[in-house]
Amino acid sequence: MPVKKFVVGCFDDEKTLFPAVKNTRKAGYKIHDVYTPFPIHGLDAAMGLRDTSLHTAGFIYGITGTTTALSFMSWVFTKDWPLNIGGKPSFPLPAFIPIIFELTVLCAAVGMVLTFCYLCQLAPFVKKDHFHLRATDDLFVMPLEVTDKTNVEEVKAFLKNAGAVEIFEKEAETGWWLGRYDKDKKLFEKEAATA
Amino acid sequence: MALLKYESGVREPLVDGDKTYSKVTEDICRPVETAPSRLWWIGFIISVILLLFGAVSLYKEVVYGTGMWNLNKTIGWGWDITNFVWWVGIGHAGTLISAILLLFRQGWRTGVNRAAEAMTIFAVMCAGQFPVWHMGRVWMAFFVLPYPNTRGPLWVNFNSPLLWDVFAISTYFTVSLLFWYSGLIPDMATLRDRAKKKWAKMFYGVSAFGWTGSTKHWQRHESLSLVLAGLSTPLVLSVHTIVSFDFATSVIPGWHTTIFPPYFVAGAIFSGFAMVQTLMLVLRKVYRLEDYITISHIENMNKVIVLTGSIVGCAYLTELFMAWYGASKYEYDIFFKYRIAGPYGWSYWLMMTCNVITPQLFWSKKLRRNIAFTFLMSIVVNIGMWFERFVIIVSSLYRDYLPSSWSVYYRPTIWEVGFYLGSFGLFFTCFFLFSKYFPVIAIAEIKHVLKRSGEGYKKKMEPLEKESVEEFAHNAHH
Repeated sequence: MPVKKFVVGCFDDEKTLFPAVKNTRKAGYKIHDVYTPFPIHGLDAAMGLRDTSLHTAGFIYGITGTTTALSFMSWVFTKDWPLNIGGKPSFPLPAFIPIIFELTVLCAAVGMVLTFCYLCQLAPFVKKDHFHLRATDDLFVMPLEVTDKTNVEEVKAFLKNAGAVEIFEKEAETGWWLGRYDKDKKLFEKEAATA
Repeated sequence: MALLKYESGVREPLVDGDKTYSKVTEDICRPVETAPSRLWWIGFIISVILLLFGAVSLYKEVVYGTGMWNLNKTIGWGWDITNFVWWVGIGHAGTLISAILLLFRQGWRTGVNRAAEAMTIFAVMCAGQFPVWHMGRVWMAFFVLPYPNTRGPLWVNFNSPLLWDVFAISTYFTVSLLFWYSGLIPDMATLRDRAKKKWAKMFYGVSAFGWTGSTKHWQRHESLSLVLAGLSTPLVLSVHTIVSFDFATSVIPGWHTTIFPPYFVAGAIFSGFAMVQTLMLVLRKVYRLEDYITISHIENMNKVIVLTGSIVGCAYLTELFMAWYGASKYEYDIFFKYRIAGPYGWSYWLMMTCNVITPQLFWSKKLRRNIAFTFLMSIVVNIGMWFERFVIIVSSLYRDYLPSSWSVYYRPTIWEVGFYLGSFGLFFTCFFLFSKYFPVIAIAEIKHVLKRSGEGYKKKMEPLEKESVEEFAHNAHH
């Protein structure tokens, strides 16, 4: 993804953030994202984001675990190598329940976490551009995308009016790249320099 | 301190003092960003020494066999399995706090969940050592895995509770680790963005996985936490249930009882909370986190301790009653001749005193809120819970059906004790490293509850309280 230009408004209170998000959308500016130090309930709805389906994925991973465990143990004990253990039945369903349960939970949890990391592009050595270092401390950071038609001064005035405590322009990469946070390395260094 | 007209005297704030978001960050990151104290170094070095002693003890066991632990044919399970069950039990509080209390919407969990989850992970790591090394020929440990092999393939016995244990403990460890780490990611990002030193930028940069705090990511994070909590809730109950199956599905008198699963789970929560108290009381003092781990947090955990302690006591009495009422001679003899009396009688009464009698003192509110007393009790409870497992295991084994194989007295050797001390070394080495390099309190979660409780909430409510009824109705309507 390329480098884009943004006007960034920073808010220090949820009370001003919510109307600001609402008014920004009403005014037709494009909200790139809102970065917050902690989850704010209702902000996703205010931004018009749809609900996540991560839990559905979790359910599918879970039943995958259930069927894997059940079918594997049944196959081992009835087809592949039926063992006579004290004359007990070779398909003891109640005795399978603990392992079926554990594998259900294991698959659901591991699958969901991996899906979460994939969707959010989270992994060790993944690096992303940050708009404000205090976005993980106490600021709610809302970058608005600048297009050809955007009047930057107007956007700044709008953000100031909306109660932003800090407003600045920033060029940022919207994708991720492999890198470390103790080294400055950009993905589109040359493009950014010529742009 | 502002006082409201309609303030509840029952609900105490979750965070004391007038805090801003950045103050919360500052308070919790301070121990991570400052150099470790002399006390930390002393504790850390002692832990590492214990760990090394444990390694030497294990070396002895691997080379010469489990006989080095004074185990014999009659007492095949001794300190090792006692320690296993004890550590697994301790490992139950973390996930209970973070999962079950999340589902019950208990706001106070935010202060203690991070460290309690870390404790869970380290405790399960310690627990896992015991059955593995107890195998004797430890290089064959991978035989418990059901993989296509050249021995037939001869599969593992899926009917065996010992195998269920393998699945339960490894699943529990994996899921707890994922739950803990997914919660840590945003806080690691906070540390990364504050980092000044090169190594810190590198370390927290890598471990924060490139977290930005995007709203969409938070939305997914919330969903993930909720589902993981939902999954962990039955998981945490299943783990000790399955551990209890190791005993309950056998035909050894004293083990062959149906109340074992709930009795073990209650005991696990009981000892887990005691360990959380031991660690938290030190942590809040050393890191000056009294505003986040408040007296009411401690009181809440003491309430859990008195509840679960009473359940455990109830189970002890039920066992005795069933042994008498069940009219099975062996069951009766184990309980009334070899457990509450006989050469191991002292351990039974020690267990009764520590687990059933002394925790009843927590019915007093004054004692529940007394830090020194809580600390003392947390240690007493864990001693009691260790002896509970010892009593169950050894007193059921030492006099079996055949009097000629009775083992009169079992004393652990230095190497068996050394292995136990080594597990303490492992636990505390990990915990010291965690408390120095990781945020010990969930920063984002504290911020999340900050304005719904305490001074921040009062500030928000002040204008509302000043309104007249008409104004309030008018405003609420619009």
